[in-house]
Amino acid sequence: MKTIEASTITEAVRELAVTAAYDLEPDILEALIAARDRETSPLAQSVLELLVMNADIASREKIPACQDTGICTIFISLGQDVRIEGDLIKAVQEGVRIGYDEGYLRKSVCDVITRKNTGTNVPAVVHVEVEAGDQCRIRFLPKGCGSENMSGLKMLPPSAGIPGALEYIVETVVNAGPNPCPPLVVGVGIGGTFEKAAYMAKKSLLRPVGLAGDREDVARLEKDVLNRINREGRGVHGLGGGNTALAVHIDTFPTHIASLPVAVNIQCHSHRHKEILL
Amino acid sequence: MSLLRASSGFAGDFKIIDLPFGNGVVESLRSGDLVHLSGIMYTGRDQTHRRLCAMLDKGKELPVNLAGQLLYYVGPSPARPGRVIGAAGPTTSYRMDTYTPRLLELGLKATLGKGSRSMTVRESMKQHGAIYLAAFGGAGALLSQRIKSVDLVAFEDAGPEAMFRFEVEEFPAVVINDVVGNDFYEQIAAGS
Repeated sequence: MKTIEASTITEAVRELAVTAAYDLEPDILEALIAARDRETSPLAQSVLELLVMNADIASREKIPACQDTGICTIFISLGQDVRIEGDLIKAVQEGVRIGYDEGYLRKSVCDVITRKNTGTNVPAVVHVEVEAGDQCRIRFLPKGCGSENMSGLKMLPPSAGIPGALEYIVETVVNAGPNPCPPLVVGVGIGGTFEKAAYMAKKSLLRPVGLAGDREDVARLEKDVLNRINREGRGVHGLGGGNTALAVHIDTFPTHIASLPVAVNIQCHSHRHKEILL
Repeated sequence: MSLLRASSGFAGDFKIIDLPFGNGVVESLRSGDLVHLSGIMYTGRDQTHRRLCAMLDKGKELPVNLAGQLLYYVGPSPARPGRVIGAAGPTTSYRMDTYTPRLLELGLKATLGKGSRSMTVRESMKQHGAIYLAAFGGAGALLSQRIKSVDLVAFEDAGPEAMFRFEVEEFPAVVINDVVGNDFYEQIAAGS
């Protein structure tokens, strides 16, 4: 049995919150640079260069890359041989609260009925999965809602098949147009149940940008959808060119014989994600 | 910074625009034009719009006369001590669509955000000779450097959603909707 103090969790989450806002991870930066280098539209290429410059300024000046520092989704993989000394969820929320305060990050969370800002950016959405081992892995995904609002979920009939699912993904991205700040990372969940599909779609965003899924057949679908999205030519910020999306990540799960759930979680180019292993 | 300072580094020349707009300037701009905005702009997003329209419903006077002005859809992150502002890129504009025609009726000349506008807003812009511009979404750190001063105008309790007055210098944007009814996003989607 390994013991982790709640205060250690709070400190880890605080650090993740602050650094996620200022420093884009190498995977998304490299994807933006690669897109800039292959882009054929001069306007789109200029905008991609501007986004790379923006990331550099954010990191050097310790200012958020995007003012929408998001609502936080936090995935915790908790080893079953770990004992948390204190309240795990409270510790996580406290880390978010301190991080958003000390880091000069925008507090964007409000009561859904009154729309009154909570003033602290908490509560965060926290998912805990228990797994074998004695480690605690915390993955932090703050997400702006320009992109989150363009996401979608559809319960397709099995007769629609995978072609129907792919069509829904492409349609969701194309209909989003310039709103979610393309170039996008498109997270997809196919299968399971209503909530499982949405959960997979979001969780797939944690994969390094462009890293193919485990299944070869699914990896082919990811490539196919990415090409179809980019052939539509909406491009960076909807200003044209071949880079509407940087990557499509698809996670799958077996489903009911009567069902074909498809969830599409759209992520903007300011794809902030950080993780720590305790 | 040279990329945006010198037109040679960017795809196309930036038109230099002073704010508030001089006579005929809004009418002269066309969809797809790149502009550098310098001068005064007002800001507002969801809460500010809701409250401005509630004031109009009650026949109250607005905290600022919007005639001839530009309204920027932004909810900045807090400024560090010694800085003017935090990150301050555009928010998605369609959420303001319900409110925009009423402000255009008051003479608001331009709105600045990101993403598409509704047909109703586009019609209203044509009717009132107003334009819509897109700032570069997700470039909040870079854009913050073009904001030279910030003053609170109204709705302080709305936090990041309060209404501010910005003084900006060479703030980059693209014209999406012009006064003759063009929509740059549509033109791109149509492959023109």
